[in-house]
Formats: sequence, structure tokens, C-alpha cells
Amino acid sequence: MRSFVFPEFSIIRDEERCGSCRGCERQCAFGVHTYDPVTDRLTSDEQKCAGCQRCAIFCPEKAIVVRPSPSFYRPNASWSREKIEDLKRQAETGGVLLTGCGSDKPFRIYWDHIVLNASQVTNPSIDPLREPMELRTFLGRKPDMLDIRAEDGDVEIRTEISPNLTVETPILFSAMSYGAISYNAFRSLATAACRSGTYFNTGEGGLPREMRDEFGRCAIVQVASGRFGIDAEYLNCAQAVEIKVGQGAKPGIGGHLPGEKVSLAVAETRMIPQGTDAISPAPHHDIYSIEDLSTLITALKEVTNYEKPISVKIAAVHNFAAIASGIVRAGADIIAIDGLRGGTGAAPKAIRDNVGIPTELAISSLDRRLREEGIRNQCSIIAAGGIRCSSDVVKAIALGADAVYIGSAALIAMGCTLCQKCYTGKCNWGICTQDPRLSGRLNVEIASTRLSNLISAWSHEIREMLGGMGINALESLRGNRDHLRGVGLYEWELDVLGIKGAGE
Amino acid sequence: MAKAFVLEPGVRAGPSGGMGAAVIDAASLETRELNDRLRELMLSGARRVQISNVCGQRYIGTRLYTPERLKMEIEVLGTAGNDLAAFLSGHKITVHGNAQDGVGNTMDSGEVIVRGRAGDVLGFSMRGGEIYIRDGCGYRAALHMKEYQGKRPVLVVGGGCQDFLGEYMAGGVVIVLDLEGEIHDASFIGTGMHGGVIYLRGTVEGSQVGDQVDISPAEEADMEVLEVYVSRFLERFPEVETTKEEILASPFTRLTPRSKRPYGGLYAY
Ligand code: SF4
Ligand code: SF4
Repeated sequence: MRSFVFPEFSIIRDEERCGSCRGCERQCAFGVHTYDPVTDRLTSDEQKCAGCQRCAIFCPEKAIVVRPSPSFYRPNASWSREKIEDLKRQAETGGVLLTGCGSDKPFRIYWDHIVLNASQVTNPSIDPLREPMELRTFLGRKPDMLDIRAEDGDVEIRTEISPNLTVETPILFSAMSYGAISYNAFRSLATAACRSGTYFNTGEGGLPREMRDEFGRCAIVQVASGRFGIDAEYLNCAQAVEIKVGQGAKPGIGGHLPGEKVSLAVAETRMIPQGTDAISPAPHHDIYSIEDLSTLITALKEVTNYEKPISVKIAAVHNFAAIASGIVRAGADIIAIDGLRGGTGAAPKAIRDNVGIPTELAISSLDRRLREEGIRNQCSIIAAGGIRCSSDVVKAIALGADAVYIGSAALIAMGCTLCQKCYTGKCNWGICTQDPRLSGRLNVEIASTRLSNLISAWSHEIREMLGGMGINALESLRGNRDHLRGVGLYEWELDVLGIKGAGE
Repeated sequence: MAKAFVLEPGVRAGPSGGMGAAVIDAASLETRELNDRLRELMLSGARRVQISNVCGQRYIGTRLYTPERLKMEIEVLGTAGNDLAAFLSGHKITVHGNAQDGVGNTMDSGEVIVRGRAGDVLGFSMRGGEIYIRDGCGYRAALHMKEYQGKRPVLVVGGGCQDFLGEYMAGGVVIVLDLEGEIHDASFIGTGMHGGVIYLRGTVEGSQVGDQVDISPAEEADMEVLEVYVSRFLERFPEVETTKEEILASPFTRLTPRSKRPYGGLYAY
């Protein structure tokens, strides 16, 4: 059937500069560029372009510009070009629209409406280059009180302390599974996490056996509804186990890793036959209630000999705070809350762009709810979904999070341009693909250095911002909404965030 | 409570496992205490353990993973609680009584024998080992069972099963013998199935089975598989008063997935 959809991008090749090296032809897995031996020129099929900018960045002559195509339909506030074209695509295929990455829709980004405080005159600011600044964070259940006895100079803590994760900086890598991302991307995250004193999350695709000894010490392993790649060794080699109930990009639905992406190595790690769809059902079929969740949490504590904190990851949706309270009471040591803008390798567009609530509001209501119920100490909160920079991290913590997960930000550090075509398996940046020719483009040493650089740059900025507020430990910022003010927000938004308006 | 953990008179649990079994009286033990004892016994070298007076304690067998893959044989007297043998790694557990929900949840390897019935979500996401249930089981059995390489889980149920049997099943073998003479009245069998095989003694209607499933009579190769597991079933339950020949004389229905990719055509690429 002839497609009635415009190409999304225009490709402009500066013929003067182009030396016909055919580099772009090799770079583009979508098959956009082809060499014509008769004219010794390259031509481009714009219809196939994902706008990933690989060719433009790698062209040695800087001869290519890829930009949004200027074609338009008659302007119409209701029928945007995107709405018209999505509809046409569905009329042509009869299928559910898939997409990758977090929602790109213009929901209010609260980070950009919150400003931070700084010290002036009284309570002087602290210079992080001179003074120690504590970013180290402990994630897990904290006791209600500590029974400490001191005898003859010996201090003894009588209270049984639950296992906690120690992170040197409050930034962890979010769940991204081997299968959704390439081996090299997965390994780069693991390498950088170990190097930077933080953790990577395996996602639901298992942890390759040969990585367990080396990277288990900085791994959080996931147990999702598909239960892929799970055995007792996998659970025990990591430092924490996370039950994935929901994901911000697709709350309430499961996932299908298409058979094409289930290569031999992916199949081995997931422990499923090669080439089958790896189906994660929408719910865990052994969890239909808080009591069932509690059973699974305890089963995971049992299998890991009560040595690891258990995290439960949920998507931020209406009334989630009440559910989260149940999750804490069910025994979770950490709650990971993933908001509306959380990323994904593949999600139905209708779900990604319409279901869930923004992370910022979610953090605040969760923190408040748990405080009101007097159980905030029983779990740590990791906030995820739409964290783009160090000030987002600082704001998240001041709103009540203990730490954050970054996903898209980490991928961007490795080269991702948020082209949203992850589900095609043809990622030209070698990240979301199982094609060895493409994944080979991602060098683990370089990519992990880029990730570690990001963590250290953000950590330094966080210290600067803390120092500016006259705070020398992240602990003193946690839930400290007094350091936040809103700009351009409605009353109800300030209320949910629990912050005052600027100038108040 | 101090007496709860006693070795049988004259028998020491040595590295060889000794002649007899170590004994745990579970009467006054909470789940966690019972599993503490079990793990201690395993680490101290016991290879056979009998647990008496079990009354709903959960996760029996779950906390027995060691990097050295120590293995034990465990006899459970009483009713095993939820998640018996969850994540089980190589041990053999026999329950002389019934088992509650979640038997063999995400089980990796080993064997579970229940001389009674099992509750809901039996063999959920199991990927290796064998489970034999003498009587029937509840809803959602064999959900998302899977196999890979040499690992092929097997679940044999002597009685009947309820709705959602084999939903999302991705591998392994499920055999339902229905010896109690119940007819298969379960529905939604094999919905979303994309691997593995289910054998039902007797027949089912198309309306009881998911769209993703092919229904056919068991063929010769299938009968060979059935012969192996029916024999094993009868060996484990000598109290079942029937013979292999008698069981195999009935027609068997085979359920297999239509495709490894049930949802391949769902999306607009
Ligand atoms: S998909 Fe990427 S590499 Fe291919 S033409 Fe478009 S921008 Fe260039
Ligand atoms: S990971 Fe690759 S395919 Fe996905 S958005 Fe980034 S560049 Fe595009």
C-alpha cells in the first residue's frame, strides 16, 4: 500500500563538500543513503530516516544536515501533523503504534518551575572545594529506633539493622535490560556503576553469567512478570533485588521483546529459546494483592538469606501513594517510583503519552504520605522518569527522594539522540540493538568513561548547590522543601509539591 | 522452642548424609525459624531432613542455595505453605500432605512431590526440574513455564486443573491425568501460549482453549513422553490404584502453540 505519510526529516547534502566516501551509507542501518556508481553521488531516501543524526555527526566533510521536514498540512490546532500521520500509519497497517524513549509531549516540567535557595550573610554558604561534602546515601529500611549500649568504651548496636545499599552519590542507573539494549551498552553501564560507586539495574533480562563475579557488587537485579533469567545465583550475586511492577512509560501493561531481538546470547541470559517473543505479562500472575506482593518480597528475602534490600518499582499513577504505603507494609525496603516521562525501549504510544503522573508531583505525594503514616523510615525512595541534570536531582531530593534513577540521561551520555526508534532494533548508535555490526560501534571503555564523567560532573554540581544552601550533607536536604520555591505554578500544584511560591 | 531442632537418636547428620535423616519439629516454628534450621542443617552437612508438624510454613526449600550447590532431600509431613520450593535450586522435596499456593514458583531445578493436592499458581514461571502432584490443583497452574537449552521443566498433575492452565506458557511439559475422573472443565487453557506442550487425558472443547493454541490428539512420539512421566508418577505414588497401561489406554489431547510469536503482528512499524 502506498504510504500517505510525509517523510519526517529532510536530508540536505552539500554536494560541494561531499567526497562520496560512502560513510553515511555505512552508518545508516535504516538504509537511507545509497551510492549511485553511475553518477558517483549519494542519494537519500528520506522516508526511512529516523532523525538519529548518526550520519550528520560522522560525516567527515560535515556535508549532511538532517532537519525536520518543512512539509505541512493546513495548520489546525486540533489536528496536528503528528495526529494526522499517526492516524494514517494505523490506517495503513492496522497496528498499535509503537515508540521508544520517554513521552515527548508538553506536559508541564515542574523541575523548570522550581527554584533553589542559597545562603546570604547568615548561615554562610560552604565551599565544596575546601570542606567535606557528604553525598553518600544508604538505601533501605531504617530502624524505628536504635538501641545502642556503650560499655568500657565499646559501642554495641543491639538493634537488628536491615541490609542497605551504599551509594557514593545519589544517582543510579535505571533498569535497562540486556535484550532491549546491546551487550556493550549494558556492560558500559555496569563498568561505570562499579567505577563511580553506584549501581546499575539489570532490568528484567537477566545478568549474563560471565558478568556476575565482576559486576554483581554494583548490580541491582530485577524480577519482572516475565521472570526472565532468574535463578538463585542471579539473585544472590547482586546487592539488591527489585520487583518490577510498573514502569512510567507504560503503566499497567507488560512488554514484548520481539523475537528478532532474542539473539542466542540474549536467549541464554533470559533463559528462553532463541527467536521467541520474550513476553512479560501485564501483571505478575502470582501478585494480585498486597498480600501476594508481600509473599514475593519475603520469598526474595528468603532466597537471598535476608542479606539484600528488596525494592519494588511502580509507575506513578493516580492514588499510587496509598498503594505505595501498602508496599512498604508488605516489606519493601526501597520504593522506586517512575513518572510520566520515564523512558522505554518500546511502548505503545497511546499509553506512553497518556498514562501516569509527573515524577515531581509523585515524589512529593509519596514522601508526604509515608511521613503522615509514620513509616517513611521503613523504606527509601528512588525517583525515576525525566531526570535531566544535577539540579533535577537536587530538587528531587528536596521533594523527598533518597536518590534518583537515570535512564535516558545515561543513554544520551553514551551517544543516544532520543530518536525514539529503539523498538526497531536498528539503533545506529549501537545502544538499542542486537545487531553485532551496530553494537560494535559502542566501545565499552569510551562509553563507560562518558558515563563516569557524567556522574562525577553531576556530583560536583550537587556539592556546589548544597554548599550554596549552606548544607554539607545530602541527608540535610532530603525532604527539605523549604529550600524550594515555585514559579508560575497554580495553588494546587504548590500544594501537591508542598512548596511555597517564589517570594513567599 | 530450643527442642525444635533435634537429630534422630543415634543418627548424626554427617557430610555423607548418614543413614537416617535429621529431623525438625516445625510445630512451634515460624516460617523464618524453620528455614533458618533447614539452612543450618544443610550447611552442617545434612543431606536428608524430615520436617514434621508442618502447618502452613512458607518458602520451604527456598533458602537453600549455596554457590557450591549443596543438595538435600527433604520430607515434609503436614501442609506446606505458600511458595514451597520457590526458586528451588536442585533439592528434592516430598510433601506428605497438601501444598498451598505457589508451589515451585520460578523453580530452577530439583524435584517436588506432593502426596495430596496443590493450590493456585502451581509451577509459575518454572524453568527446570520436575513437579508431581498426586491429586488436583487450583487455578493458574503452569503459567509462563519456560525452557531453554537442556532445561525443560515437567509438571504432572494426577487430578484436574482449573482455569488459565498454561497461560503464556513458553516451554516445558505439562501433563494432566485427571485420575479423579473429573472432566476438564477449565477455561482459558493456554491463552498466549508460545512454547512447550500440554497433554490432557481425555478431550477438551475448542471453547475452553486460548486462540493461540492448536488442539490435536497425542501421537506416537507424544506417547513415548507420556509413558516416561506416567511411569515416574506412579513410582512416586504407589498408593494410586491404577496402572500405566490403564492410564495410557485413554486418549490424550495435545495442546501446542500456533506460533513462537503470538503477538508479532500487533504493531505498526
Ligand atoms: S536515520 Fe540517522 S543515520 Fe540514517 S539518514 Fe536519518 S539521521 Fe542519518
Ligand atoms: S537508543 Fe538509539 S534508537 Fe533509541 S532513541 Fe537513542 S539513538 Fe535512537
